[in-house]
Amino acid sequence: MQSLSNRKKVIEQKPMNFWERIYLPSIVKGLGITIRHFFKKIPTIKYPEEQRPYSKNFRGQHSLKRDEQGRERCTACGLCALSCPAEAITMTAAERTKGEEHLYREEKYAAVYEINMLRCIFCGLCEEACPKEAIYLDGPHVTADYLRKDFIYGKDKLVEPVFDIKKLNQENTN
Amino acid sequence: MAEEEVKFKVTIDGIPVDVAPGTTILNAARQIGGDIVPPAMCYYSKLEGSGGKCRTCLVKVSKGSEKDPRPMPKLVASCRTTVMDGMEVQNITSPDVLEARKGVVEMLLINHPLDCPICDQAGECKLQDLSYEHGVADTRYEFERRTFERIDIGDKIQLHMNRCILCYRCVYVANQLTEGREHGVIHRGDHSEISTFIENALDSDFIGNVIDVCPVGALTDKTFRFKNRVWFTKPVDAHRDCPTCSGKVTLWYKGEEVLRVTGRKDEYNEVEDFICNTCRFDTKQTSDWVLEEPTPVEKESVITANHYAEFNPPPVIKENPALQVANAEQLARTEKLK
Repeated sequence: MQSLSNRKKVIEQKPMNFWERIYLPSIVKGLGITIRHFFKKIPTIKYPEEQRPYSKNFRGQHSLKRDEQGRERCTACGLCALSCPAEAITMTAAERTKGEEHLYREEKYAAVYEINMLRCIFCGLCEEACPKEAIYLDGPHVTADYLRKDFIYGKDKLVEPVFDIKKLNQENTN
Repeated sequence: MAEEEVKFKVTIDGIPVDVAPGTTILNAARQIGGDIVPPAMCYYSKLEGSGGKCRTCLVKVSKGSEKDPRPMPKLVASCRTTVMDGMEVQNITSPDVLEARKGVVEMLLINHPLDCPICDQAGECKLQDLSYEHGVADTRYEFERRTFERIDIGDKIQLHMNRCILCYRCVYVANQLTEGREHGVIHRGDHSEISTFIENALDSDFIGNVIDVCPVGALTDKTFRFKNRVWFTKPVDAHRDCPTCSGKVTLWYKGEEVLRVTGRKDEYNEVEDFICNTCRFDTKQTSDWVLEEPTPVEKESVITANHYAEFNPPPVIKENPALQVANAEQLARTEKLK
């Protein structure tokens, strides 16, 4: 059959000559290439100790934010779960009781908030949908694990630790 | 000789319709249906005397009637204006109307707290729909919004006066469906608030209907409070043999659980039959009800998320016994590792 591209070449195969048959020149040539690479710049880095700069809009693990008084911002409105194309987010809402005003920003809060990291595709739609600026995908890579159940991240892993806004401000100004 | 039935010919946005004398423009438009129906926040066809409060249904009458073709000088509230023979009405074809409606929405939202993320009505709220369609994104109001404490009306209904737009629908329900006037609007103007006299618990079999008629989240079901978002629940039509009411309701399911019972609402968010408190608050078991079919939901509605038109939708994935066995084995392995 005629080739469609007309670029087909018939490869000639000849018997090896003497130099080729003793193999040594080829070995020396190959070793030469290997040794040359010892003196070149190393293109890889030692990952966990050393990290490449990330893009500013890199989307990693989610974190549930707190406001400047340390209260959780999430009100369990469900818009993140609604917008999630992978249906990775579930939550259960609860009503804030008296005396919990320092813990939760609004009168409703998420008692349970779970993201299935195996389902999540890190598209960032939850971040966009959130009316309370409560969820951001600003964390590191989601780490590997052995069991499926360990990929369902609850509030213990998602809510950011309490911080002192005054100290942070001072550090930033210094 | 039987008198011939008189019919008035009205044209709404260029669509002619014949209606009986005494029909309001809004109802004439509803007979046509579709996009040209003016939105209504306060008018409720089942409640006598409702309408004329919210002004969202404003339309322009470009020709008064066949005999007097002069246009009406101002925009009129279509829920309160009756039709005349040969009347021509402009609704969405008139930029004036759309502009006025935008203003009305802005006024309705002046004191509204915009706490939709918390509000249980979000997703089926008429004010949300209205402001999404006609509203502007930001407010020009610079003052403190009026605020109220939330009030429990009885142990099943909660009143968030902040969200109220003073449509008076609940007042009419309380007056017309129950005996003895205990529910009303006190104070005037900016200070008006819906209240019961000295926070009386309203004990009437039908008082739960104030939840259904409320176009916003001012009156909400306490038994459903923060249980789930409306769009994660699935509405199913059901009925039961109820001695006090018709027993025709919509059940809102989350999984196997009935989270909420409401009356069946039509496309204008009006209930078909008012239901009693027993049906609404006390019978929340599937065994109490005879299921009919999943409630048809408008295609654009947020409630269509995960909503199927039949009870058991056809499977998306072909059944594979070999895979099921393998999955069961894997699950058993993981369980062991836990």
